[in-house]
Amino acid sequence: MPAEGTAGTTENTGTFVVTDLQPPDETSPPEPPAPEAQTAAGVPVPPRRPRRKLRTLGSYAMLTAFAIIILFPIYVTIVNSLLPPDQLVRQPPPLFPTNPQWGHYATAWTSGSMSKYMATSAVMTAIIVVGQLVTSILAAYAFAFLHFPFKRTLFVVCLATLMIPLEVTFITNLDTVTSLHWFNSYEGLSIPFLATGFGIFLMRQAFLQIPRDLQEAAQLDGYGHLRFMTRVAVPLARPSLAALAVFSFLGAWNQYLWPLVSTGGSTPLYTVQLGLKQLLGTQVSQIPVALAGAVIAFVPLVILLLIFQKQLVRSLTAGAVK
Amino acid sequence: MTTVTAGIGGVAEPAEPAGVTVSPAPRHGLRTRKRKEALLAYGLLLPALVLFGAFSFYPFFRNFKLMLYETPPVPGLPAHYVGLHQIGQTLTSTQFTQSLVTTLIFVVLVIPISLILGLALAVAAHRKLKGMAIYRMIFSSTVVSSVAVASVVFGTLLNPVVGLLPWLGINPNPPALESTTWALPAVAVITIWQFLGLAFIIMLAGLQSVPDELLEAARIDGANAWTRFWRMTVPLLSPTIFFAVIVSTIYAMQAFGAIDILIGPMNAVRLHTNVLIYNIVNTNSPALGNNTGQAAVMATVLFLITLGMTLLQMRFLERRVSYAR
Repeated sequence: MPAEGTAGTTENTGTFVVTDLQPPDETSPPEPPAPEAQTAAGVPVPPRRPRRKLRTLGSYAMLTAFAIIILFPIYVTIVNSLLPPDQLVRQPPPLFPTNPQWGHYATAWTSGSMSKYMATSAVMTAIIVVGQLVTSILAAYAFAFLHFPFKRTLFVVCLATLMIPLEVTFITNLDTVTSLHWFNSYEGLSIPFLATGFGIFLMRQAFLQIPRDLQEAAQLDGYGHLRFMTRVAVPLARPSLAALAVFSFLGAWNQYLWPLVSTGGSTPLYTVQLGLKQLLGTQVSQIPVALAGAVIAFVPLVILLLIFQKQLVRSLTAGAVK
Repeated sequence: MTTVTAGIGGVAEPAEPAGVTVSPAPRHGLRTRKRKEALLAYGLLLPALVLFGAFSFYPFFRNFKLMLYETPPVPGLPAHYVGLHQIGQTLTSTQFTQSLVTTLIFVVLVIPISLILGLALAVAAHRKLKGMAIYRMIFSSTVVSSVAVASVVFGTLLNPVVGLLPWLGINPNPPALESTTWALPAVAVITIWQFLGLAFIIMLAGLQSVPDELLEAARIDGANAWTRFWRMTVPLLSPTIFFAVIVSTIYAMQAFGAIDILIGPMNAVRLHTNVLIYNIVNTNSPALGNNTGQAAVMATVLFLITLGMTLLQMRFLERRVSYAR
């Protein structure tokens, strides 16, 4: 019972943020006329309206100022990535590339090896995301729909992994991966991260929201557990699944510690993050190319944010609101 | 059929009486079905449990053993047992204590600023205005920025030759990223910028859970915006703020990518930016420290600090997790 209630709360935080994105002030036309009617009734409201307008204006000014401050580093990066090296050191710094050097992007992509780094990151991330989804669905289904001995203990075991940080495990995992001959390989980069306690927790919460009647009805229709899982439970849990996918994508793509220690040698299998470090040379002439590389590395994540903001917010706040 | 579902739901179904009059034969069927169900469950759990065992629990327990073995300075030689000696030696070494102090300063630099900024952004974005979706998107955007991108971006902004700083007349000598005073704050700025998106998202979700009627009632009672914010919003938001403090602390303690990219292992100690996590990575590295035992000791310390924070956080999470069913 309480599980249902708490799961409902998770649901709310996710949708709340999004539904709120359409301000009701503007979208519901019947509302604005109402205060107007009161004004006509002779209440001393007139001084309030311009003040309100001023406040709204002030809000926009503040919001825009914040937005500019946050986006400023990214804007400067894009501008600088297009500047010829001699303009880079000019004072005052050009705020707009008058002679954009798109070639820097080509240089970063080819001789800067960004294409290789991006491909490595894409493969590693795809393996981790798919793996985490599969292991989380399977385990969460068992916790949500099946009855078996040591269920509680095993669930606690899965959650306990959330408390074991990478800084403790990486030392031994490096030995393990090396002895399996996985050093500097996709296996080494991805396999240690194919299961996640957070994913199991999130998917279990989603599965618990599925009405029991539905399961009974499916059983009467002759659905076994595996068919119920693939045909009913997983499709119904799609929002949580998407949230988990976005969350693991972000985590995998932005990993730094593990790729740093588990790759190397003469032909290192660097991810985008480590590739950028290689690209950032010491010479000023290299800076625009490194910045172009940073922009390239940032693009997939901007797309992710634009398309999946809702799911991202949902997964990030999964533990946030009481 | 009904008996099984009643067992899962734990609720007495209306159809239950039919199940009570079950004859011995179906009961035997029930037992095998239960066993089959348990087998299926273990099968479904197997992939996750094997991975957890191999890559979480085994390394976790082995870490305690590693603390007792000393690695010889020459690579390739076997580690030998030294007992608790190494633990005491590591914990009293200046490299460790300095690194711990650096970590604490770093956390203190990052957390208050990023949380106050995150809350300010959330309060600004909480109003219902046209186009707010775009502002919210921008404010949360840094949540997707990776440490490498942020490092390249800010590394250039802080570059002593490139554009901005020299033009503004800010010309510290040595440059920020090579100065013992400014290197750590510079890394902190990068971490704050990166964490700001998440801080904003958490704070906004918290603000949206504060009931509007309460604030409206206070407004009608004559409380001004300032009073309403400090006397109502902040107290009602305290669980969210608490959660954000813990998340940001753990986040800040694991941040080292910017240090690795912009400062590097050779300069980290000299520039007082050798935070614990970076110290652990370098101490374990065959090319740098090659001392797995000492790295394990420091990793345990970092783990214990994180554990304390995580346990606090779990108490919040627990309210949402029901072990029943």
